[in-house]
Amino acid sequence: MSDAASPDLDQFRSDTRAWLEANCPAEMRTPMQGDEDNFWGGRNAKFASDAQKVWFERMRDKGWTVPDWPTQYGGGGLDPAQAKVLREEMAAIGARSPLSSFGIWMLGPALLKYGNEAQKAEHLPQIARGEIRWCQGYSEPNAGSDLASLQTRAVPDGDDFIINGSKIWTSYANYADWIFCLVRTDASAKKHDGISFILFDMTSPGVTTKPILLISGKSPFCETFFDNVRVPQSHVVGTVNRGWDVAKYLLQHERAMISGMGGRDGGRPLGQVAADSLGTDDRGKLDDPILRGQIASFDIDEAALACAAERAVDLAKAGQLHPAFSSAMKYYGTELNKRRHEILMSAGGIDALEWESERSNDGARARAWLRTKANSIEGGTSEVMLGIVAKRILDLPGA
Amino acid sequence: MALVLTEEQTMLRDSARGLIGDTAPVAHFRKLRDERDAAGFSRDLWKSFAEMGFAGLLVPEEFGGSGLGCVEAGVVMEEIGRNLTPSPFLATAVLAASAIARGGSDAQKKAYLPKIADGSLIAALAVDEGAKHRPSKIALTATRAGNGFKLKGAKALVVDGHVADLLIVAARSAGQPGDADGLTLFLVDPKAKGVSIEHTIMVDAHNAARISFDEVEVNADQVLGEVDRGAALLDTVLNIGRAAVAAEMLGVADEAFGRTVAYLKERKQFGKRIGEFQALQHRAAHLYTEIEIVRAAVLKALQAVDTDAEHAGFAVSVAKAKAGTVTTLAVQEGVQMHGGMGMTDQFDVGLFMKRARVLQELFGDANYHAEALAEWKKY
Ligand SMILES: Cc1cc2nc3c(=O)[nH]c(=O)nc-3n(C[C@H](O)[C@H](O)[C@H](O)COP(=O)(O)OP(=O)(O)OC[C@H]3O[C@@H](n4cnc5c(N)ncnc54)[C@H](O)[C@@H]3O)c2cc1C
Repeated sequence: MSDAASPDLDQFRSDTRAWLEANCPAEMRTPMQGDEDNFWGGRNAKFASDAQKVWFERMRDKGWTVPDWPTQYGGGGLDPAQAKVLREEMAAIGARSPLSSFGIWMLGPALLKYGNEAQKAEHLPQIARGEIRWCQGYSEPNAGSDLASLQTRAVPDGDDFIINGSKIWTSYANYADWIFCLVRTDASAKKHDGISFILFDMTSPGVTTKPILLISGKSPFCETFFDNVRVPQSHVVGTVNRGWDVAKYLLQHERAMISGMGGRDGGRPLGQVAADSLGTDDRGKLDDPILRGQIASFDIDEAALACAAERAVDLAKAGQLHPAFSSAMKYYGTELNKRRHEILMSAGGIDALEWESERSNDGARARAWLRTKANSIEGGTSEVMLGIVAKRILDLPGA
Repeated sequence: MALVLTEEQTMLRDSARGLIGDTAPVAHFRKLRDERDAAGFSRDLWKSFAEMGFAGLLVPEEFGGSGLGCVEAGVVMEEIGRNLTPSPFLATAVLAASAIARGGSDAQKKAYLPKIADGSLIAALAVDEGAKHRPSKIALTATRAGNGFKLKGAKALVVDGHVADLLIVAARSAGQPGDADGLTLFLVDPKAKGVSIEHTIMVDAHNAARISFDEVEVNADQVLGEVDRGAALLDTVLNIGRAAVAAEMLGVADEAFGRTVAYLKERKQFGKRIGEFQALQHRAAHLYTEIEIVRAAVLKALQAVDTDAEHAGFAVSVAKAKAGTVTTLAVQEGVQMHGGMGMTDQFDVGLFMKRARVLQELFGDANYHAEALAEWKKY
């Protein structure tokens, strides 16, 4: 729905609509089928198609890979109302996101808030232009939900730190150019007080990665090892030993991002997708009344969640959003996305079970279903999200 | 439109919260219930609602109201839900006011709207006939007779029908039950010959009526809107009512939840406050999330009916269905987490559970609206 807003915003809307219409290739207005349809950027970036390249470059040149970042850092300089218009107009034509990036979703917002000028000037434009691909070095084998118990150490040596330790579950570490990483810089302090947030190049000597195969049969996840990696102390974001603040701020953005996944692929209604495999009865209704009911109640929940996501943006604009609300949305959005894929599997029946075949697009539906099971684990588990809501928002007692 | 209340709407909410919370809290409802009050609501309270401008919220200014919108009505409904306040607000100020304002002739508007706004006229909408809300299945017949019609049939649950000065009756003037169209709305005097009204007290101690019509004569000038084409008007009015009921449910859910969280912080067992148990924390956090989602969906629906948006029916179904399931969960969890206290009449939380059951049923339950959404999406 359009805002009853200023004539300027109406003008912006019609200009944006016209620009998107003229510049977004038809192939980029269809739902993504798998991870290949994401463009992740980076030094070794590869485009899946010419259309993907054209779309990315046009959006990049307008600063619209990061429409609401300042223009000096490669952004589009849009205010929140304009950024909302752009999102709405892109959604209206089903336009794909031109660039997928942990730099945009997670690191960028943290750098904008906590980075010094030199760090912002160096990294933000490269993120905006998709030149550097980032990965997230948070979790360790013995520090998952209890992230602050992490043990990877950074010891000062002249102007540098020497980093030793290992990370796990580092998504796409084997493709990433740089890492944003949590390290322990004071082993004697209380666990939250001795952590620093540091950036370094994955080609630094001493960094190695090893892929982890997931149940979906894909392995964009890695173990990452640091063996005497030398990193300038100037790469610490924010204050040394105060990295937990940066880490938490970044997690809020990560959670907001994850909660928005799935669902908004602009695809056909789930019920119609189900009808492809199941057929319809003589009144045109899905030929499985119980599944039809499950889909309808799923659709209610999903549409209601979309309202809440829209409201969260408006609340943030009005300065009324609780900082822990992203945990609530992360919890709900990921549980719902898992339900969506359970329904898709059920709707596909036998067709959805194929794993390796052209007809099944290499088992795309089954693999996607399995992948979604991580949604309620990555970025903080559902249990941890509920714990945060209970304590920070509801103020319930105990730890 | 932003999905947050404007400054004016926030002020209205604060004044409604003040007035309703002070003058008609749950204790007010209990008193009426225990005294088996014949009307089931306080006429004095309704007068002060009118003085505050609540009765005329949806009445256009030229007819003595404030000409505000459904978002504002929803704000009041939420406070009514929070306090379980028995009031003709829904039937009169929301349903009847919008039916007449949107569908009435000039003469009808002049006759009724100022009286609704000043609190002197109570009106009720008579739609449902069977056990479940199915407006397309309306069977009460309106047969042409002379210059008017004769109504024959019965209505099963008319909110405030026992005290109404005016009934708005949905009747079938053409076609068969099950047809989408062929309906006509009539403005009927409840004292007219052939109308019999049976006062019923519902499970939640709110009041309604079963009403039967035995060859009730109505004139052509008692038709509200167009003959045979009343379904669209009825649908619009029902959507406004559904969004308003969803707002009331939000108030019920949020209040039951607030009381539950307060109890979790205070009640001790095993030497701890029960809110320290993670099993309860997680259920509370889940419920919080659900209620916030309902809040957004309800606001979206209210805004959509205000702007007559194309997707208004869709937004309303989402809000009514979601509010129905979440409010049910909120009151059930409320009773459960209060333990044995939750089962006592002395404790308020059970009252919220009973109110939620009625509101869930009113104008279509969660299943009805999920079905509507499936139709909308064509599967
Ligand atoms: C696909 C995938 C991608 C990921 N990507 C990245 C990445 O790019 N970078 C990165 O740093 N990390 C990444 N992670 C790691 C992720 O953040 C952790 O897996 C997650 O935080 C959970 O930690 P854990 O796996 O050690 O589980 P554990 O912490 O061992 O949890 C096990 C179980 O115990 C429960 N539990 C733990 N503590 C509590 C508690 N206090 N209350 C109640 N229940 C509790 C959990 O909810 C869970 O059910 C990824 C994980 C996955 C699966």
